[in-house]
Amino acid sequence: MVPGGSSGGSAASVAANSVLGATGTDTGGSIRQPAAFCGITGIKPTYGRCSRWGVVAFASSLDQAGPMTRSVRDCAIMLEAMAGYDKKDSTSINRPVPSYQNEMTGSIKGKRIGVPKEYRVDGTSDEIIKLWEQGIEWMRDAGAEIVDISLPHTKYALPAYYIVAPAEASSNLARYDGIRYGHRVEGEDLNDLYCKTRADGFGDEVQRRIMIGAYVLSAGFYDAYYNKARQVRTLIANDFKAAFGQVDAILTPTAPTPAFGDNEIQDDPIAMYLNDVFTVPASLAGLPAMSVPAGLSNDGLPLGLHLIGQPFEEGELLNIGGVMEKAAAFSAKPQLRAGA
Amino acid sequence: MSLDRSTVEKVAQLAKLAIDEDDKDRLAGELNAIIGFVEQLSELDTTGVQPMTSVVEANAPLRADVVNDGDIAEKVLANAPERVQDFFAVPKVVE
Repeated sequence: MVPGGSSGGSAASVAANSVLGATGTDTGGSIRQPAAFCGITGIKPTYGRCSRWGVVAFASSLDQAGPMTRSVRDCAIMLEAMAGYDKKDSTSINRPVPSYQNEMTGSIKGKRIGVPKEYRVDGTSDEIIKLWEQGIEWMRDAGAEIVDISLPHTKYALPAYYIVAPAEASSNLARYDGIRYGHRVEGEDLNDLYCKTRADGFGDEVQRRIMIGAYVLSAGFYDAYYNKARQVRTLIANDFKAAFGQVDAILTPTAPTPAFGDNEIQDDPIAMYLNDVFTVPASLAGLPAMSVPAGLSNDGLPLGLHLIGQPFEEGELLNIGGVMEKAAAFSAKPQLRAGA
Repeated sequence: MSLDRSTVEKVAQLAKLAIDEDDKDRLAGELNAIIGFVEQLSELDTTGVQPMTSVVEANAPLRADVVNDGDIAEKVLANAPERVQDFFAVPKVVE
């Protein structure tokens, strides 16, 4: 089975009990999806909450670092240590870091939890829909008010993401040219050296994304693709702004399927992209979002529920996540783990 | 939606990626599928919508315009595949 990705190594190490917690980075779901696949907790904070200094840049308008742990409380402790201003990341926000642990009061009485109708997407497995409904029940039982909401531009989030992210990646990864650092393959001339180095050093999916990025940014296509995607991003962010007039947080599944075999579906890039359908919209809007382990699939694989919060309301999100964790009482452990 | 073999060659040159002859048709097919997927956006009327530049409303931080770093040539060159004295070395570009 795959642990999910891209922070799948972090997720697997935490799940296997070989570390207490691990850092991850999340551009479109890379903390939350592996957290769900591995049965752990992971939070992608608000864009700008944690410094990305030292992280290999992928899509700079989306990249954010965050903690991955075995409990929501550990996540709160680790996030408190990670969050804050860093002059070495000019996108990091200079505002006080609250005590996230103190915000975990265990009470969500009167909180309004939104359930977006557009997240009932085709291809989501029945067991995940069932778990989502269970999560809604848990929230209601804890005294929260469930509110049906609409995020009308949801279906355009993935297409917008697969323009914005490759465009930024193609620009960020231009630095891997074999001159200043990293892998180099000699060529007949400088241009040949660049091309051979990059073809040899980047994997298939990375090369595909660089090509897509170069294409959508190229002369004549920039407006039709890149600017269009940025406009759609505004619409998606506005959907969330409107929803947060009515609710305090939003509950969705984390991924449309449990973990899959390492020989399954990876041949089809689009099918792989659809795995991020629930996590990408919050990324495009820069919102904090977390995955909490909530149950097992019929095959015994971990499933996560996903909470999306308002900007810089990580404390609220962790509090709701903590209530969810308690209700779910997820106790499954992987067979392969440290000390077992 | 017309990402043919010659477009693949052009884009590969922009992206500085050497593509094997045998892979060009496969890549054209894959890229077409992705472009076809993202073209759903054209259904949406976005007239008058401001393109997003930043997800958080924050001013870019300013610092004093003074030298605050430098003199670390050894560190900068430490990972260079090839160097000559304090310079990155590249194949000859001028005959």
